Amino acid sequence: MSIVPAGSTPRSVALGDAASHDYVSIFIAGQMFGIPVLQVQDVLGPQRITRIPLAPPEVAGSLNLRGRIVTAIDVRTRLKLPKNTDGKESMSVVVDQGGEQYSLLVDNVGEVLSLTSGTYERNPATLDPAWRDVSNGIHRLDGNLLIILDVARLLDFATSADAA
Amino acid sequence: MDDLLSEFLTETNEGLGTLDLELVRLEQNPNDPGLLGNIFRIVHTIKGTCGFLSLPRLEAVAHAGENVLGKIRDGQLVVTPVAISLILSSLDRIKMLLATLEATEAEPDGNDADLIAQLNAFADGQLDELPGVAAAAAPEPEPTPEPEPVPLPIAKAAPTPSTAVAKPKPTAVAQPEPAAPPPPAAAPRAQADGDVKDSAVAASNIRVNVDLLENLMTMVSELVLTRNQLMQILRGQKDSEFGIALQRLSHVTSELQEGVMKTRMQPIGNAWAKLPRLIRDLGIELKKKIDLQMNGADTELDRQVMELIKDPLTHMVRNSADHGIETPIDRLMAGKPETGTVTLSAYHEGGHIIIEIADDGKGLATELIKKKAIQNGLATEAELAQMSDQQIYQFIFKAGFSTAAAVTSVSGRGVGMDVVRTNIEKIGGTIELKSAPGRGSTFVIKIPLTLAIVSALIVECAGERFAIPQISVVELVRAAPGTETQIERLNGAPVLRLRDRLLPLVGLDELLKLRHNHDTSTECFIVVAQVGTYSFGIIVDRVFDTEEIVVKPVAPLLRDITMFSGNTILGDGAVIMILDPNGIAAATGEITVGSDNRGAAETAVVRGRQIDKTSLLLFKAGDDSPKAVPLALVARLEEIDRKEIEYSNGKPVVQYRGKLMPLVPIDPSLRIGHEGRQPILVFSDKERSMGLLVDEIVDIVEDVLHVELGSDKPGLIGSAVLAGKATDLVDTGFYLMQAYDDWFGSRSDGALDHVARTLRVLLVDDSPFFRNLLTPLLTIAGYEVSAVESADRALDLHEAGEDFDIIISDIEMPGMNGFEFAAQVRGDGRWRHVPMVALSSHATPEDLDRGREVGFNDYIAKFDRDALLTSLSATLNLQREVAA
Repeated sequence: MSIVPAGSTPRSVALGDAASHDYVSIFIAGQMFGIPVLQVQDVLGPQRITRIPLAPPEVAGSLNLRGRIVTAIDVRTRLKLPKNTDGKESMSVVVDQGGEQYSLLVDNVGEVLSLTSGTYERNPATLDPAWRDVSNGIHRLDGNLLIILDVARLLDFATSADAA
Repeated sequence: MDDLLSEFLTETNEGLGTLDLELVRLEQNPNDPGLLGNIFRIVHTIKGTCGFLSLPRLEAVAHAGENVLGKIRDGQLVVTPVAISLILSSLDRIKMLLATLEATEAEPDGNDADLIAQLNAFADGQLDELPGVAAAAAPEPEPTPEPEPVPLPIAKAAPTPSTAVAKPKPTAVAQPEPAAPPPPAAAPRAQADGDVKDSAVAASNIRVNVDLLENLMTMVSELVLTRNQLMQILRGQKDSEFGIALQRLSHVTSELQEGVMKTRMQPIGNAWAKLPRLIRDLGIELKKKIDLQMNGADTELDRQVMELIKDPLTHMVRNSADHGIETPIDRLMAGKPETGTVTLSAYHEGGHIIIEIADDGKGLATELIKKKAIQNGLATEAELAQMSDQQIYQFIFKAGFSTAAAVTSVSGRGVGMDVVRTNIEKIGGTIELKSAPGRGSTFVIKIPLTLAIVSALIVECAGERFAIPQISVVELVRAAPGTETQIERLNGAPVLRLRDRLLPLVGLDELLKLRHNHDTSTECFIVVAQVGTYSFGIIVDRVFDTEEIVVKPVAPLLRDITMFSGNTILGDGAVIMILDPNGIAAATGEITVGSDNRGAAETAVVRGRQIDKTSLLLFKAGDDSPKAVPLALVARLEEIDRKEIEYSNGKPVVQYRGKLMPLVPIDPSLRIGHEGRQPILVFSDKERSMGLLVDEIVDIVEDVLHVELGSDKPGLIGSAVLAGKATDLVDTGFYLMQAYDDWFGSRSDGALDHVARTLRVLLVDDSPFFRNLLTPLLTIAGYEVSAVESADRALDLHEAGEDFDIIISDIEMPGMNGFEFAAQVRGDGRWRHVPMVALSSHATPEDLDRGREVGFNDYIAKFDRDALLTSLSATLNLQREVAA
């Protein structure tokens, strides 16, 4: 079963669009990513997570978000990055996707950034395929590059794994 | 107003509301098949419901409208504004009829010949423009082609207009109205009024968005958690002034929780309430005799789920009555009782609700389905030739598929089964179909409990906690090495001796691939679970308390993991996974619930609950091929030290329980070693025991037994497929005779000694296995046996003038079952006084009573050899005494 609803976020951002888009910035292994702010429901500190045996490796477990059971996704594993070794516990960014809530485990959460299409670039051709799969493009920031995370595709590993 | 009608009005008004919107969308997107399909289904449902509520006017209009839509769907007509206007005007007519219906509980006088004529003319392609009444509507794209709505339509019919509308209770409207039709003056006004949206009935019930209830539920769960925390704090403090207030809070919270839960749970009987009437009316319309049986009407299920399965259920019951059950004449000719039975059953099974719709009709017509599949281009003849019947049956779930020769007003448009499947799959359920020609069809719907409260046992394994639904837990056993209950291993597979039975075990850590540091050589716990008739043990490290939990469905990402039926939040706020005993049983390879393997069972059984399963002990001896004996014949499984085997008269024996027990090898050429341990199967009868030497005990399986190949080899009955492998079935009788020549003969020291004449036994059983097993057994016991495979064949013998001293009959048989057979025998003819013994693999008290009622003298369980022989002689003796 696919968890990508029909009306998910657009795959590409129109270049002529002068309006700004707001992103919650997150950090994973030093890299900055942005999640469209409207998709973010909650940002939480470290949580008690119940492991789920036999689940795909990207699934870190389930957690209790005010009485709702939310599936936690280990974004590091999803991006084929090694486990976090600095001993700091992960932060959770809760997103809504197709009526289901998911908690994305990330290293750190930054501020909300308002970005215009002026700094937008398409995915560079050299980007790792695993990353390109979940990236909606790049924003050039001062001293940093922000990758726009396509949440729907980030959570779509179940079907891509099935196909493989 | 009766509940049925009021519910119909609410539903139909809703449906009509949707239709208005959808039709306008259709006009804009005439090529959207999904939209069209949806519209067609709604109209179809309205028509169907009218049909069994005896609303001929409504039905006629809906039928004509559906006809036009059907042609559009099949591409015979195109969507034009004229078509849409026509259909809209038929909807308006329906609304007008509904308004009157609501006010007077009866359809208004008059007829709709004009509108129907137009619809039919259009359906035949003879109408391009709208004449007369509806003409004004044609150019308007809006969905309200009828003239101005007149306010307060209900007032016209009711003598007290001002109060009637305000009162939410429909009965208030209806009461002052005499049974007479509405005043003539009111009728034309009602006709003119097409738009009756604000139904008073719809207002008497509030439809609440399920999300809202879900949110409430969540809030209540939170409240309960907070309450629990507060109570915890309170317990730590003595004489707190908060005590009384907290008590009250606690009570209110519990009641609130209960109330919110209740809003969602309803007995399934509510969804069935319409069905008896439906069946009755269908029976009259189709000139069939149909009996509807409903079991488990009080099984509770989620309101949301029920809403979604109500229509599918209606469709399926209607299908069973229409397509499944034959006419009384056909039934009599097929040797079945005149009255056909449609059986509805519902029950909970390990986190699922199972609903079965079974009929004892003619079954699905494979040939017709094939023909239709080719016609519709769904498959080629070559493809069909390769398919099993089971695969072919699946075609009936395709859209537009109906094999009914003629489209009746009841069914046959092929709208039913694809809607059914869509609706059921929408809620994560599955639907299975079993059918046997001449014996009927069974649909099994399995729906997960999306929200239900169950009592669950909390266990721990490898540091993780899991919940097991209490309903499937039979008992808990503490196992520790060196005690009476300890885990033993058969070639690595853990088993437990539990009250003289061998219980297969499965480790939760292995099952869930948990890294485990727990030392299994120390104590652990075994949760004995039962799924269907199959018992097994789950090994866990610790057992905590039981807790009432709210089952929540797992995230879509995790639905493929069959081990879990859901998850929940415990009192301490932690998330915990709920184990699904069905999934675990399936994973241990014992049960094939819902899997393809079930196909093998289909041909043998008609009804899922009556699957004739046999427990078999699998072992290896001699060659590599697995062998099996019915578990019920085996008294004990033992392992003896080979050093203990002695020889008497050249034959191996062992001292066993103070006696010498002969040992018989399956393979005569077997050389018994002197070292190690020797597994044996012990067969016992009174004082005597015999040990069958085997190489290895493999497993115990429960399966439907099909002896597929007979065998000429002594000692083998034949072969069957068990646990996916070809398995030799061992003829125990043969080996018993090797140990004691007179094993069976010893029976004759009983009552039969003085009988000079050989008594003749008629054995009726559809299973070749049982015929093969019982025939030699009975022959050796001194009876002359005639074995036949069906009641019909038995009756043929009656016709042929054969006589018997006693009849032994199976109960579950295809065609005529044992009860019907007994009734027939007892009815008249020469066999009227011949004693009868019923043989069945499951004997509930109800079965026993029923058996006696129809004339069985005794009722015994299959495989109980002693009981059978005792019963035979006792019954015969009794018979002689009566005769004397």
